[in-house]
Order: sequence, then structure tokens, then C-alpha cells
Amino acid sequence: MNWTVKLFKSYIFRRAIRAFITVLIVVTITFFIVRLMPGNPIEIYIGQLMSQYGMTFQEAKNAAAALFSLDLDAPLFSQYLDYMKNLFRGDLGRSFVSQGVKVVELIASYLPWTLFSVGISILLSFTIGITLGIVIAYKRGGLLDQIISSISTVLTSIPNYLLGIILLILLGVQLQLIPVSSMRGTVSPGIKAGFTWEFISDVFKHAALPILTYVLSTVGGWILSMRGSTLNTLGEDFVTVAKARGLPERRITFTYVGRNAILPLFTSLTMQIGFMMGGSALVEFIFVYKGVGWALWSSIGQRDYPVMQGVFLIITIAVIVANFLADLLYGKLDPRIKAGGTE
Amino acid sequence: MKKFKNFLWAVFVQPLILIAQNKIGLAGFIVLLVIIFMSFVGPYIIPLDTKVKLDKIYQPPSWEHILGTDSEGKDVFSQIVHGGKAVLTVAFLAALFSTMIAVTLGITSGFVGGRTDNIIMFITEVVLTIPQFPLLAVLAAFIRLSNPTLLAFILGAVSWPALTRAIRSQALSLRERDFIEAAKILDLGALHIIFSEILPNMMSYITISFVMAMTGAIYSQVGLILLGLVPLSGQNWGIMIQLAWTRGAIFFKDSLSYILSPILAIVLFQWSAVSFTRSLEGIFNPRLRVRR
Repeated sequence: MNWTVKLFKSYIFRRAIRAFITVLIVVTITFFIVRLMPGNPIEIYIGQLMSQYGMTFQEAKNAAAALFSLDLDAPLFSQYLDYMKNLFRGDLGRSFVSQGVKVVELIASYLPWTLFSVGISILLSFTIGITLGIVIAYKRGGLLDQIISSISTVLTSIPNYLLGIILLILLGVQLQLIPVSSMRGTVSPGIKAGFTWEFISDVFKHAALPILTYVLSTVGGWILSMRGSTLNTLGEDFVTVAKARGLPERRITFTYVGRNAILPLFTSLTMQIGFMMGGSALVEFIFVYKGVGWALWSSIGQRDYPVMQGVFLIITIAVIVANFLADLLYGKLDPRIKAGGTE
Repeated sequence: MKKFKNFLWAVFVQPLILIAQNKIGLAGFIVLLVIIFMSFVGPYIIPLDTKVKLDKIYQPPSWEHILGTDSEGKDVFSQIVHGGKAVLTVAFLAALFSTMIAVTLGITSGFVGGRTDNIIMFITEVVLTIPQFPLLAVLAAFIRLSNPTLLAFILGAVSWPALTRAIRSQALSLRERDFIEAAKILDLGALHIIFSEILPNMMSYITISFVMAMTGAIYSQVGLILLGLVPLSGQNWGIMIQLAWTRGAIFFKDSLSYILSPILAIVLFQWSAVSFTRSLEGIFNPRLRVRR
């Protein structure tokens, strides 16, 4: 088998193609929402310009076209192609509200904060969750298992933004343990970005509440899934064989049970990434943490459609890329995926 | 008639008997019933307090107002009683829509197979990847979701993919079972196989998924309301939270019971739904049951 055939048949390649097609479809859907829905942003904007600034229809239309980087007189399909072309060049139009600022620049200032806070939270929550999950699976039925399982069930059933409000009320207002108002935003004003202790500690201080919220609201799910998955794995033949061979308990727990029990959780990991990135719109709203989720809320509130469209696209693309990476990792951990050919 | 009786037994009575054997599941089930009763019958018993009493703002819980009063001095408890119906109805309808779509697509995909399966699964995967809440928020910017049924429909229309995938895999595993093979050999027809053989065998699973879909719908619905993207009015736990939030009630020490009450109502519903379905899962999945 030569290398081109190998490439086309490889898991990574097929998975990459699917991710790419998904991006194309999302971009297409967004285009049609913006361009074709009744009361779509372009029509609204043209109407606004005409009524507020007394422009003629043609002037307003030209202004709208410039803002969205679209030629509104061209046939729809060629508009669609232009839109795609602009997108791949990184041109998402300009903001209504912050006049003239490029949407791409706005996104570049918001996205890192969301990736940072959500990324750290996923890592923390996943690690804590699988560790505690294995532990209570081994002590199933015991007091520790009952306590941790019950707390986990309660945590999974609290919507993350409500958990955020509860944390604000309890820690910030009732017990007054944390200075809520100075923790808003992503960094304190006047602090220069750089590899300094001052900057890094400030970044973590501002991200602390969102991260705590994400971790608390997802860790219960991981604990319970890992517990269930470990219990299933414990009954497998290879574990019995390992025990019969007299392998040390520690080795069985981590290399035989743990490694195999984690695998089914990876499908949930991709779902979780999407859920957390999506939920950032609510969590960042609660803590006034200025990432893409907050930007989505504020752009919808201000009817800043080019920004809204760009932010929605970037959240979706971030989720697709993250899912792609999680799947690659899964393929590496579970050789059956790569060899099997089916997904 | 006998068949119908058997069906009712398998779907409703048997699970209840099994539920009673699991303490947490039973607790969840009872709380669920209490919340539903309070929300749908309660409003006829407890009148809504609409009088503004400026001398009684943000009162802590007392015998007169067991959950305290809000920013206008109105009784919070009566608002909790009246605010559940709207939230639960939208969640119920949304779960109904998404379960119907999921069951139809999932069973078609699993049983027809081949190209149809590939197409349905591809669409499902794509929709599944789009983050649900931002999509809803963007749609809410264009569609005025002032009508609860429309809101429920939109919520249902974006939340079917995960369930579809799960139902398809159930359908795939059922397809290989002996009794389905037998029905096929007897040539009982696709409709008979689907409605008399497959659906009853999936009913427990569908019930679980339906309740979980309701919790998902509550998450998105209350989230949209909190962000101010749904122009709903009237008594509603979500609107209570949003009002408390926009009025800055969380920054008053005395308003604790006012803002926590609707939050706890929602959390309690979510918790009871999750515990109830977890124990159902344990009952229906013998693998989990043996190793309890």
C-alpha cells in the first residue's frame, strides 16, 4: 500500500474531512440566517440607516454592504461565494457598535480568555473526576462512595449558571469571602501583559470563579461515569486473568482497569467540550468575564450582528477543532478505533 | 385489550414497583410528584400575591411569608407556586418534540440502514457538533420567542441529535435479537414490528431520555430568560431569577431567600429528575443492578 492510499484511509484524515465539512455546513447555515431570514440583520441595518440618518435606500444599502463585506446586488450564490472567500481570508466584517473595528480583532481579544478558562476547567474536572471515580468504584457501597455519589448527583443537576449565582451569593455577598466586584473582567486595569507574577496571578484571580463554576458543575458527571465504567471493566475477563496471574493490585488498578475504563468517557468528553463552550455564554455573563460567551451575549443585546455572527462561528469552530483533537487522542489511546475502520 | 394492559403494566406499573426498592430513586420520584402537583394544582389553592407593599421589601422568611418577600414586598412562596407551570410546560413540550424527532429518526436509521442510515447519522453528527446554547441565543435574536409553544418547538428542534444517536444504537442491538428475527420471518410487517415489538422494548429507555430531555430544556429555557433573550411575561421561575438579577437583589444580604427560592425550585426539579432516571437506569440495565 503506497502512502497516498494510506493517508486517505487513515483515521485522522477521515476525521479531519468530517470536521472540515461540519465547519462548511455551519458557515453556510450562518450565511443563510444572516442573509435570508425574515428580519435579517442586513435589512434591519438598512432600515436603521434610512430612518435614523435619513439616507436613501441605495446609500444605506452601500453602507450595509461595506459593513458586512458583501455585494448586496450580486446574485445570492455569488454573494455566498464571496462570503466564503472573505471568511477564509479572515474577514468577518466590521462591528456596528464599535464603529469600524474589525470583528476579527474583537474576537482575537475575547477568544483566548474563553479557551483558557474552559480548557483548564476541562482538564481539572476530567482528572479529578476519573481519580475519584476509580476510588469510589473500588469502595463501592461504602460510606465514601455514598457521600461522593450523592454530592456528584446534586452537582450534575445544578445548571452551571445557577451554580455561578449561588457561588456569587454565598462567597461574595453572604460570607463576604471574596471581593466580587474586583474579580470582574479578565484582567485588572493597568496590569501589563507579560510573564510576570503580577499578571499571571491577576489572570487566575479573575478566572477563578468561572473555573470553579465549570469544574464543580462537570466533575460530578465524570465521577459517576468513571465509577460506572470502572465497575463494568472490573467484570471483564482480562481483569480476572490479571488477578489470576497474581499481578500486584496497584498495577491492575491503573494499567488494566483504569486505562480501559477511561475509554468510554471520551465520547462524553467531546460532548462536554461543546456544552462548556456553549455554556460560556451564560457563565461569562454571570461573572462579567469578557470572553467569547460574554461577547455573544453583549452583541445580541446590542444587535451588533457582524460581531454576533463572527462570535457564533468562532465558538462553533473552536468546538469542532476541540472535538477533532479529542477524537485524535481517543484514536491514540484505543488502537481498536484506528484498526477497525468503522467509527 | 389484554395487549394494552400488558403494555401499561410494562411501561408504568413495573417500573414503579422497582423504583420503590431504591431509596434515592424513590425520593427523586416523590419530589418530582410534589413539584408537579404544586405547579399544576397549587395555583388553584394558593392565591398569587400581587399587592405591592413597600414597607415589606426583602423580608426574611417568617410564618407569614415562609420564603420571605421580594423587591416589591410581594410574597415569594406564592410566586414559586405559580411560577412552575410555565417552566414545566415548556420543558415538557420541548422534550416531547425532541423525543418524537429522535425516535422517528433513530428507529428509521437503525432499521432501514444503508444509505438512509448514513445520511441521517451524518446530519445528526453535524447538528450535534454545533453548540446548542449559542445556536438558541442566535435564533432568539431573530425570532421573537414570546409564545411558549414556539419556544418549546425551537428548544426541541435543536436538542434531538444526542438522543437520536442513542436510540439508533438501541435499535441496532434490538434488530439482532431473536424475537425480532422471528417477527421478520413470520412476515408481520414493518409497522407491526416497530410498534408492537420494538417500541415497547425501548419504552423504558425512551422514558429515561424524555425526562433527561426535560432537564436539558429547562437549562436552555431558563438560560435564555436570564440573558433577557426571551420576551416572556407572567409567573415563571426563570423570570423570577432574571428579575432578581437585574434588580441587583443578589447584593442585598436580606434578599437571600428571594433569589435562592426559584433557583432551588429549579435545582430540586433537576435533581429529582436525575435521581429518578438514574435509578430507572439501574433497574433497566441488569449489568448495573448486579454490581450495586
